[in-house]
Amino acid sequence: MRRVLALLAMLWIAPALAQEAQLADPALEQRARDLSREIRCVVCQSQSVADSDADIAQELRVMIREQIAAGKSDQEIRDYLVARYGDFVLFNPPFKGSTYVLWIGPFAILLLAGFGVAMFFRRRARELARAPELSVDEHSRVVRLLQDGPEDRA
Amino acid sequence: MRRLIFLLPIAIVAVLVAIFWIGLDPKRDKSILPSALVGNPAPAFDLPGLSDNAPRLTLVQFKGKLVAINFFASWCLPCRAEHPLLKQITAEFGVPVIGVAWKDKPEASQAFLAQLGDPYAATGDDHNGRTGIDFGITGVPETFLVGPDGTVLYRFAGPLSPEGLRDQLAPAIAEAKQ
Repeated sequence: MRRVLALLAMLWIAPALAQEAQLADPALEQRARDLSREIRCVVCQSQSVADSDADIAQELRVMIREQIAAGKSDQEIRDYLVARYGDFVLFNPPFKGSTYVLWIGPFAILLLAGFGVAMFFRRRARELARAPELSVDEHSRVVRLLQDGPEDRA
Repeated sequence: MRRLIFLLPIAIVAVLVAIFWIGLDPKRDKSILPSALVGNPAPAFDLPGLSDNAPRLTLVQFKGKLVAINFFASWCLPCRAEHPLLKQITAEFGVPVIGVAWKDKPEASQAFLAQLGDPYAATGDDHNGRTGIDFGITGVPETFLVGPDGTVLYRFAGPLSPEGLRDQLAPAIAEAKQ
Protein backbone atom coordinates (compact mmCIF):
# COMPACT_ATOMS: atom_id res chain seq x y z
CA MET A 1 0.00 0.00 0.00
CA ARG A 2 2.74 2.38 0.98
CA ARG A 3 4.54 1.58 -2.24
CA VAL A 4 1.43 2.40 -4.27
CA LEU A 5 1.10 5.71 -2.47
CA ALA A 6 4.73 6.51 -3.14
CA LEU A 7 4.20 5.75 -6.81
CA LEU A 8 1.14 7.97 -6.92
CA ALA A 9 3.06 10.74 -5.21
CA MET A 10 5.77 10.44 -7.84
CA LEU A 11 3.20 10.76 -10.60
CA TRP A 12 1.98 13.89 -8.99
CA ILE A 13 5.35 15.61 -8.75
CA ALA A 14 6.69 14.15 -11.95
CA PRO A 15 5.67 16.80 -14.50
CA ALA A 16 7.68 19.63 -13.01
CA LEU A 17 10.74 17.60 -12.13
CA ALA A 18 10.84 15.13 -14.97
CA GLN A 19 14.38 14.51 -16.16
CA GLU A 20 15.55 18.02 -15.64
CA ALA A 21 18.88 19.13 -14.34
CA GLN A 22 18.36 21.34 -11.33
CA LEU A 23 20.55 24.14 -10.16
CA ALA A 24 23.03 23.18 -7.47
CA ASP A 25 22.29 26.21 -5.32
CA PRO A 26 18.87 25.66 -3.65
CA ALA A 27 18.22 29.42 -3.48
CA LEU A 28 18.74 29.80 -7.23
CA GLU A 29 16.68 26.67 -7.92
CA GLN A 30 13.88 28.16 -5.84
CA ARG A 31 14.08 31.38 -7.86
CA ALA A 32 13.90 29.37 -11.09
CA ARG A 33 10.80 27.56 -9.83
CA ASP A 34 9.11 30.73 -8.62
CA LEU A 35 9.77 32.37 -11.97
CA SER A 36 8.52 29.31 -13.87
CA ARG A 37 5.25 29.58 -12.01
CA GLU A 38 4.56 33.09 -13.27
CA ILE A 39 5.44 32.37 -16.88
CA ARG A 40 2.55 31.16 -18.98
CA CYS A 41 3.02 28.11 -21.12
CA VAL A 42 2.48 29.38 -24.65
CA VAL A 43 0.76 26.27 -26.00
CA CYS A 44 -1.35 25.33 -23.00
CA GLN A 45 -2.32 28.79 -22.00
CA SER A 46 -3.97 28.22 -18.67
CA GLN A 47 -0.96 26.38 -17.30
CA SER A 48 2.26 27.89 -16.10
CA VAL A 49 5.57 26.77 -17.54
CA ALA A 50 6.21 25.05 -14.21
CA ASP A 51 3.10 22.87 -14.50
CA SER A 52 3.25 22.04 -18.16
CA ASP A 53 4.72 19.01 -19.83
CA ALA A 54 4.79 20.58 -23.28
CA ASP A 55 8.12 20.58 -25.11
CA ILE A 56 8.28 24.32 -25.25
CA ALA A 57 7.51 24.66 -21.54
CA GLN A 58 10.30 22.27 -20.68
CA GLU A 59 12.62 24.23 -22.93
CA LEU A 60 11.62 27.47 -21.23
CA ARG A 61 12.28 25.97 -17.79
CA VAL A 62 15.74 24.90 -18.88
CA MET A 63 16.32 28.35 -20.34
CA ILE A 64 15.19 30.09 -17.15
CA ARG A 65 17.64 27.97 -15.14
CA GLU A 66 20.45 28.74 -17.57
CA GLN A 67 19.83 32.45 -17.39
CA ILE A 68 19.61 32.42 -13.60
CA ALA A 69 22.85 30.47 -13.47
CA ALA A 70 24.36 33.10 -15.77
CA GLY A 71 23.47 35.73 -13.20
CA LYS A 72 20.49 37.35 -14.92
CA SER A 73 17.90 39.03 -12.74
CA ASP A 74 14.28 37.87 -12.72
CA GLN A 75 13.26 41.05 -14.50
CA GLU A 76 15.86 40.55 -17.24
CA ILE A 77 14.52 37.05 -17.85
CA ARG A 78 10.94 38.33 -17.94
CA ASP A 79 11.96 41.02 -20.44
CA TYR A 80 13.71 38.40 -22.56
CA LEU A 81 10.54 36.33 -22.73
CA VAL A 82 8.24 39.29 -23.30
CA ALA A 83 10.39 40.40 -26.24
CA ARG A 84 9.70 37.01 -27.86
CA TYR A 85 6.21 36.10 -26.77
CA GLY A 86 4.68 39.43 -25.77
CA ASP A 87 2.89 40.18 -22.50
CA PHE A 88 0.96 36.93 -22.96
CA VAL A 89 3.73 34.94 -21.29
CA LEU A 90 3.27 36.78 -18.02
CA PHE A 91 0.54 35.65 -15.66
CA ASN A 92 0.85 39.06 -14.00
CA PRO A 93 0.18 41.53 -16.78
CA PRO A 94 2.34 44.66 -16.48
CA PHE A 95 0.80 47.99 -15.50
CA LYS A 96 0.98 50.02 -18.69
CA GLY A 97 -1.11 51.88 -21.26
CA SER A 98 -2.82 48.91 -22.86
CA THR A 99 -3.60 47.23 -19.54
CA TYR A 100 -4.92 50.21 -17.54
CA VAL A 101 -8.51 49.08 -18.15
CA LEU A 102 -7.60 45.63 -16.85
CA TRP A 103 -6.04 46.91 -13.66
CA ILE A 104 -8.15 49.96 -12.91
CA GLY A 105 -11.44 48.83 -14.47
CA PRO A 106 -12.80 46.79 -11.54
CA PHE A 107 -11.98 49.53 -9.04
CA ALA A 108 -13.53 52.17 -11.28
CA ILE A 109 -16.71 50.10 -11.55
CA LEU A 110 -16.75 49.56 -7.78
CA LEU A 111 -16.29 53.30 -7.23
CA LEU A 112 -19.07 54.15 -9.69
CA ALA A 113 -21.38 51.62 -8.07
CA GLY A 114 -20.54 53.00 -4.61
CA PHE A 115 -21.26 56.51 -5.87
CA GLY A 116 -24.62 55.36 -7.25
CA VAL A 117 -25.58 53.66 -3.99
CA ALA A 118 -24.56 56.75 -2.01
CA MET A 119 -26.66 58.95 -4.30
CA PHE A 120 -29.64 56.63 -3.82
CA PHE A 121 -29.45 56.72 -0.03
CA ARG A 122 -28.91 60.46 0.06
CA ARG A 123 -31.94 61.06 -2.07
CA ARG A 124 -34.05 58.72 0.04
CA ALA A 125 -32.93 60.41 3.21
CA ARG A 126 -33.89 63.77 1.70
CA GLU A 127 -37.33 62.46 0.70
CA LEU A 128 -37.90 60.99 4.16
CA ALA A 129 -36.90 64.28 5.70
CA ARG A 130 -39.45 66.01 3.51
CA ALA A 131 -42.27 63.71 4.69
CA PRO A 132 -45.14 65.85 6.12
CA GLU A 133 -45.49 66.14 9.89
CA LEU A 134 -48.53 64.42 11.39
CA SER A 135 -51.17 66.49 13.07
CA VAL A 136 -52.18 65.61 16.64
CA ASP A 137 -55.32 63.80 15.38
CA GLU A 138 -53.39 61.79 12.85
CA HIS A 139 -50.79 60.87 15.44
CA SER A 140 -53.35 59.52 17.90
CA ARG A 141 -54.95 57.55 15.05
CA VAL A 142 -51.59 55.92 14.29
CA VAL A 143 -51.20 54.96 17.94
CA ARG A 144 -54.74 53.53 17.95
CA LEU A 145 -54.10 51.55 14.79
CA LEU A 146 -50.91 50.10 16.16
CA GLN A 147 -52.59 49.04 19.36
CA ASP A 148 -56.01 47.84 18.18
CA GLY A 149 -55.41 46.71 14.60
CA PRO A 150 -57.43 47.80 11.54
CA GLU A 151 -60.42 50.06 12.14
CA ASP A 152 -62.69 48.48 9.53
CA ARG A 153 -62.93 45.26 11.40
CA ALA A 154 -64.45 46.80 14.46
CA MET B 1 -29.16 66.17 -18.05
CA ARG B 2 -31.12 64.20 -15.44
CA ARG B 3 -32.67 62.08 -18.18
CA LEU B 4 -29.27 61.28 -19.69
CA ILE B 5 -28.25 59.34 -16.61
CA PHE B 6 -30.90 56.75 -17.46
CA LEU B 7 -29.21 56.20 -20.83
CA LEU B 8 -25.91 55.40 -19.13
CA PRO B 9 -26.69 51.71 -18.40
CA ILE B 10 -27.82 51.25 -22.00
CA ALA B 11 -24.57 52.80 -23.23
CA ILE B 12 -22.53 50.53 -20.94
CA VAL B 13 -24.40 47.45 -22.18
CA ALA B 14 -23.83 48.55 -25.79
CA VAL B 15 -20.07 48.81 -25.18
CA LEU B 16 -20.00 45.39 -23.50
CA VAL B 17 -21.96 43.83 -26.35
CA ALA B 18 -19.43 45.28 -28.81
CA ILE B 19 -16.51 43.82 -26.82
CA PHE B 20 -18.14 40.39 -26.54
CA TRP B 21 -19.08 40.48 -30.22
CA ILE B 22 -15.44 40.92 -31.18
CA GLY B 23 -14.34 38.34 -28.60
CA LEU B 24 -16.77 35.74 -29.94
CA ASP B 25 -15.69 36.14 -33.56
CA PRO B 26 -15.59 32.52 -34.76
CA LYS B 27 -12.68 33.35 -37.07
CA ARG B 28 -10.52 34.39 -34.16
CA ASP B 29 -8.43 31.46 -32.92
CA LYS B 30 -7.57 32.16 -29.33
CA SER B 31 -5.00 29.39 -29.20
CA ILE B 32 -2.79 31.44 -31.53
CA LEU B 33 -1.00 34.17 -29.67
CA PRO B 34 -0.21 37.35 -31.51
CA SER B 35 3.46 37.31 -32.45
CA ALA B 36 5.58 39.84 -30.62
CA LEU B 37 8.04 39.61 -33.47
CA VAL B 38 6.05 40.82 -36.46
CA GLY B 39 7.36 44.23 -37.48
CA ASN B 40 10.63 43.70 -35.64
CA PRO B 41 14.00 42.53 -36.95
CA ALA B 42 14.30 38.75 -37.16
CA PRO B 43 16.55 37.36 -34.41
CA ALA B 44 20.02 36.53 -35.68
CA PHE B 45 20.99 32.88 -35.74
CA ASP B 46 23.96 30.81 -36.74
CA LEU B 47 23.09 27.13 -36.83
CA PRO B 48 25.04 24.05 -37.86
CA GLY B 49 23.84 22.20 -40.98
CA LEU B 50 22.05 18.88 -40.78
CA SER B 51 25.12 16.91 -41.80
CA ASP B 52 28.75 17.37 -40.83
CA ASN B 53 29.84 18.79 -44.16
CA ALA B 54 26.75 20.95 -44.71
CA PRO B 55 27.28 24.72 -44.48
CA ARG B 56 26.10 26.63 -41.42
CA LEU B 57 22.77 28.39 -41.68
CA THR B 58 22.49 32.12 -41.05
CA LEU B 59 19.91 34.67 -42.07
CA VAL B 60 22.62 36.97 -43.46
CA GLN B 61 22.96 34.61 -46.44
CA PHE B 62 19.48 35.62 -47.50
CA LYS B 63 19.76 39.34 -46.95
CA GLY B 64 18.03 41.29 -49.71
CA LYS B 65 15.56 38.51 -50.41
CA LEU B 66 12.09 37.76 -49.21
CA VAL B 67 12.34 34.37 -47.49
CA ALA B 68 10.14 32.02 -45.52
CA ILE B 69 11.54 30.34 -42.44
CA ASN B 70 9.90 27.06 -41.57
CA PHE B 71 10.43 25.40 -38.21
CA PHE B 72 9.93 21.65 -38.44
CA ALA B 73 10.88 18.38 -36.78
CA SER B 74 10.88 14.78 -37.90
CA TRP B 75 8.91 13.80 -34.79
CA CYS B 76 6.13 16.24 -35.62
CA LEU B 77 3.14 14.78 -37.44
CA PRO B 78 1.57 18.07 -38.57
CA CYS B 79 4.94 18.87 -40.19
CA ARG B 80 4.48 15.78 -42.35
CA ALA B 81 1.02 17.02 -43.28
CA GLU B 82 2.15 20.46 -44.39
CA HIS B 83 5.32 19.23 -46.06
CA PRO B 84 4.06 19.01 -49.67
CA LEU B 85 2.88 22.63 -49.47
CA LEU B 86 6.33 23.99 -48.63
CA LYS B 87 7.56 23.24 -52.15
CA GLN B 88 4.62 25.21 -53.43
CA ILE B 89 5.77 28.35 -51.62
CA THR B 90 8.93 28.35 -53.73
CA ALA B 91 7.36 27.02 -56.92
CA GLU B 92 4.36 29.34 -56.98
CA PHE B 93 5.61 32.48 -55.33
CA GLY B 94 9.36 32.29 -55.91
CA VAL B 95 10.06 32.58 -52.19
CA PRO B 96 12.88 30.37 -50.92
CA VAL B 97 12.08 28.42 -47.77
CA ILE B 98 14.66 27.98 -45.04
CA GLY B 99 14.17 24.87 -42.93
CA VAL B 100 15.08 24.93 -39.26
CA ALA B 101 14.94 21.51 -37.59
CA TRP B 102 13.67 22.26 -34.10
CA LYS B 103 14.81 20.02 -31.23
CA ASP B 104 15.48 17.10 -33.51
CA LYS B 105 18.36 14.74 -34.15
CA PRO B 106 20.10 15.84 -37.37
CA GLU B 107 20.06 12.24 -38.68
CA ALA B 108 16.33 12.02 -38.05
CA SER B 109 15.72 15.34 -39.84
CA GLN B 110 17.82 14.13 -42.76
CA ALA B 111 15.89 10.88 -42.97
CA PHE B 112 12.63 12.86 -42.84
CA LEU B 113 13.74 15.00 -45.80
CA ALA B 114 15.08 11.98 -47.69
CA GLN B 115 11.73 10.27 -47.32
CA LEU B 116 9.43 13.20 -48.09
CA GLY B 117 11.63 15.33 -50.34
CA ASP B 118 13.62 18.41 -49.45
CA PRO B 119 11.71 21.64 -50.15
CA TYR B 120 14.29 23.83 -48.43
CA ALA B 121 16.80 26.24 -49.94
CA ALA B 122 18.93 25.71 -46.86
CA THR B 123 18.59 23.87 -43.57
CA GLY B 124 19.93 24.27 -40.07
CA ASP B 125 19.87 22.25 -36.88
CA ASP B 126 18.35 24.06 -33.90
CA HIS B 127 19.26 21.28 -31.56
CA ASN B 128 18.49 22.95 -28.23
CA GLY B 129 15.51 24.84 -29.60
CA ARG B 130 16.91 28.24 -28.69
CA THR B 131 16.47 29.78 -32.15
CA GLY B 132 12.85 28.67 -32.04
CA ILE B 133 12.40 30.43 -28.71
CA ASP B 134 14.09 33.53 -30.14
CA PHE B 135 11.40 33.52 -32.82
CA GLY B 136 8.72 33.03 -30.19
CA ILE B 137 7.40 29.79 -31.62
CA THR B 138 4.91 27.85 -29.55
CA GLY B 139 5.63 24.55 -31.26
CA VAL B 140 6.28 23.11 -34.69
CA PRO B 141 5.49 23.70 -37.45
CA GLU B 142 5.56 27.47 -37.71
CA THR B 143 6.38 29.55 -40.74
CA PHE B 144 7.66 33.12 -40.82
CA LEU B 145 8.05 35.56 -43.68
CA VAL B 146 11.17 37.69 -43.41
CA GLY B 147 11.58 40.70 -45.68
CA PRO B 148 14.70 41.70 -47.65
CA ASP B 149 15.73 44.04 -44.83
CA GLY B 150 15.48 41.27 -42.25
CA THR B 151 12.17 42.38 -40.74
CA VAL B 152 9.68 39.71 -39.74
CA LEU B 153 6.58 40.40 -41.81
CA TYR B 154 4.26 37.54 -41.02
CA ARG B 155 3.89 34.47 -38.87
CA PHE B 156 1.83 31.39 -39.60
CA ALA B 157 1.44 29.20 -36.50
CA GLY B 158 0.63 25.56 -37.03
CA PRO B 159 0.60 23.40 -40.13
CA LEU B 160 -0.11 25.04 -43.47
CA SER B 161 -3.19 23.74 -45.21
CA PRO B 162 -4.06 24.44 -48.84
CA GLU B 163 -6.63 26.95 -47.51
CA GLY B 164 -4.14 28.52 -45.10
CA LEU B 165 -1.64 28.88 -47.93
CA ARG B 166 -4.21 30.38 -50.27
CA ASP B 167 -6.07 32.63 -47.83
CA GLN B 168 -3.36 33.71 -45.43
CA LEU B 169 0.21 33.07 -46.50
CA ALA B 170 -0.28 33.94 -50.17
CA PRO B 171 -1.82 37.38 -49.45
CA ALA B 172 0.97 38.05 -46.94
CA ILE B 173 3.56 37.17 -49.60
CA ALA B 174 1.78 39.41 -52.13
CA GLU B 175 1.78 42.27 -49.64
CA ALA B 176 5.44 41.72 -48.80
CA LYS B 177 6.38 41.90 -52.48
CA GLN B 178 4.87 45.33 -52.94
